Amino acid sequence: MTVTVLLFASYADALGKSAIELDVAPGSTVRDILGTLSAMPGGNRLPPRPLVAVNQEYASASTALHGGEEVAVIPPVAGG
Amino acid sequence: MMRVALVDGPIDVSALLSQVSDDSCGAATVFLGCVRNVNEGRAVSGIEYSAYRTMAEREMAAIAREAAERFGVTRLIVEHRLGTLGLGDVSVAIVAAHPHRAPALDAMRFAIEQLKRRVPIWKLELYVDGTREWVANAGSGMENAGGVGAQSQSAPDSHPPAFGGHPIPDGVR
Repeated sequence: MTVTVLLFASYADALGKSAIELDVAPGSTVRDILGTLSAMPGGNRLPPRPLVAVNQEYASASTALHGGEEVAVIPPVAGG
Repeated sequence: MMRVALVDGPIDVSALLSQVSDDSCGAATVFLGCVRNVNEGRAVSGIEYSAYRTMAEREMAAIAREAAERFGVTRLIVEHRLGTLGLGDVSVAIVAAHPHRAPALDAMRFAIEQLKRRVPIWKLELYVDGTREWVANAGSGMENAGGVGAQSQSAPDSHPPAFGGHPIPDGVR
């Protein structure tokens, strides 16, 4: 199954891209996705526990993925 | 009139005020966030705003609903501008109206405080010396993160939301 990972702002700069299609094993969680990202070039510049949203709602590391989700890694926000 | 929007051009504050208010309203309040010429001692020339648009509009709508429930305000508009803004440009406008001033003031304050904590919008500050830097809001629950490469974030209960609202989780566990 695949999920779409979205990266923004400083995190997009760190990995040099703003969207990544990832193949993930059934039963994967947000934590697994973060592990995969941290192993990519530039992934060591992500904090160990960034905010994540799944399908546009804030999620936790243990949130399970079923394929097809939009997983966004959210840098510290700065609106206003 | 409850409305939230991300916009790509200048915010017309007078238009927002006339949309939000009518003759039943004894009070209308306005908050404007503007691009300031200095931040932490560095001369700023502008700010480039970007967002996770779909989620940002969703969070802004949730904030408006919460303001309505909490303060009984049914007239509230929240607009945030994206793109490159110059000094003095309005980046965000919150307008609220109500028969009486207290709910209008409270809803306006609530909306801007929550927006700054929760809505996935980012700013790249552009400095007069030609450098640029991503900056985070104090109170976003992440201000100690120091951007990319930071080692940890704060515990969830170390940043109580100003109005006891819905804080964003402080990083996944």
